[in-house]
Amino acid sequence: MEETVNRPCPEVRGTGEKYWVSGRNGTLSIPQCDTCGKTHWYPRSYCPHCDAKTLKWIACSGKGVIHTFTVARQSGHKYFKTKVPYVIAMVTLAEGPLMMTNIVDCDVEAVRIGAPVSVIFEDITDSISVPLFKLDTESVL
Amino acid sequence: MPSKLSGAATIVGVSEAEIGWDTTLSVAEIMSLAAHRAADDAGLSIRDIDAVFAVTPYFWMSSVTLAEQLGIQPKYTDSTNLGGCSFVSHLGHALSALATGRCEVALIAYASTQRSDGGKLVTGADNLPYEVPYGFQHPISAYALAAQRHMHEFGTTREQLARVTVTASQWAALNPAALKREPVSVEEVCQSPLISDPLRKLDCCLITNGGGAVIVTTKERAKKLGRKSVRVLGAGESHSHRYGAAMRSFTTTAAVASGKDAYEMAGLGPGDIDVVQIYDAFTINVILGLEDLGFCKKGEGGLLVDKGIGPGSKLPVNTSGGGLRYCHPGMFGIYLIIEAVRQLRREAGARQVDKPRHALIHGIGGVLSGHATAILGT
Ligand SMILES: [Zn+2]
Repeated sequence: MEETVNRPCPEVRGTGEKYWVSGRNGTLSIPQCDTCGKTHWYPRSYCPHCDAKTLKWIACSGKGVIHTFTVARQSGHKYFKTKVPYVIAMVTLAEGPLMMTNIVDCDVEAVRIGAPVSVIFEDITDSISVPLFKLDTESVL
Repeated sequence: MPSKLSGAATIVGVSEAEIGWDTTLSVAEIMSLAAHRAADDAGLSIRDIDAVFAVTPYFWMSSVTLAEQLGIQPKYTDSTNLGGCSFVSHLGHALSALATGRCEVALIAYASTQRSDGGKLVTGADNLPYEVPYGFQHPISAYALAAQRHMHEFGTTREQLARVTVTASQWAALNPAALKREPVSVEEVCQSPLISDPLRKLDCCLITNGGGAVIVTTKERAKKLGRKSVRVLGAGESHSHRYGAAMRSFTTTAAVASGKDAYEMAGLGPGDIDVVQIYDAFTINVILGLEDLGFCKKGEGGLLVDKGIGPGSKLPVNTSGGGLRYCHPGMFGIYLIIEAVRQLRREAGARQVDKPRHALIHGIGGVLSGHATAILGT
């Protein structure tokens, strides 16, 4: 019997736990600072812009634009070698920060810098969901 | 005006060891061999060394392992890890330690047997949890993300990236120690297998074994040795992020900051530099480095490569053949120093640059994370 290999699960201990579990409700949550008003990714326990501890979680629209990307053509990893070619991208969220993700469910040759994308979630454990992005194909056409 | 620190350290010995595809020596033994050869080159004994700087992915406490292998008990020790640029950083640290009287003879050393250990980049690199689910590949993904953005923003072409490797192959053809000496064409680079768009196999450095060592001492001690020596005129270092996922700019690096500090200490600018060594783990590094270190405007690195950085050009870059064609045992920074010293001592044979007075070396570590610049002079 073949064992199914899953997408690797991140270590979630710390401030980021809320980030990983919020996806279960279909929400991409990131911290915003009450003191300076800026958002950041990845979640930290103090604001990386102004050092304040006054962070709150905001629900993102799930919309973004591809800032840059690469297509991984080969992999030695037991899960990702089944996924090549796959797209690793940095997406500029509508709420400001850049985040790393995969662009999925697309022809990898169709991915472009500047393309609008929307978040989807993949459940990888009982509580953790990983944010991934899909091309907004309508607006590309 | 140079700062008071400028010239407080002098490089008196350099050597590489066991550069190649296979070796019978251990990592610590290769570091020791390079150290002994560098000491011979300096006219010093291992017993004269009172400061040890080292880092490799193999040892948790690299400078401590090295000192034990050599049988010495130093009074100054530094295993700082900024990735592959660490040794250029160590050179700056050694300068501070020598200038403040904390030590008199410093050894900087590195070795790796990564080729013999299975051809993989041996690295203790940890991943950010936020990149783990996405198949981020250390280190190539980050350099590919940077190259893609640079091409989009500035119109840098696939051929310009290729020309970095082509130029490296022209230098390597003049370096008997280079492991890949055959010429490479733009077409060959552009047709080599895609690894991570837009980077192809021939955009990537070699995977080899090798070690290297550098001996640095005070002005006064160097004078007594009476050898051909090279002064450390400026040094700077910085880091902007650690992990690929945490990069905020994909087109401008912390080389701007490390370069500025090195130039200021030396009282020199890009126009004073006669020969350049930039850590070329990937072709995009050279383009980013030339821009961020002020050899051209931001976005014009590709054009500068087109203009020529090879043998006979006005701005000779990576005269050893670099990590792309000379060797690359995982952390290349030590070889940037060794090659710059050889050029300034006019011992570079067929690849010798015409009467260089000032060399700039720039190391890049991690995923465009760590940056260290040094300016050397005769
Ligand atoms: Zn803040």
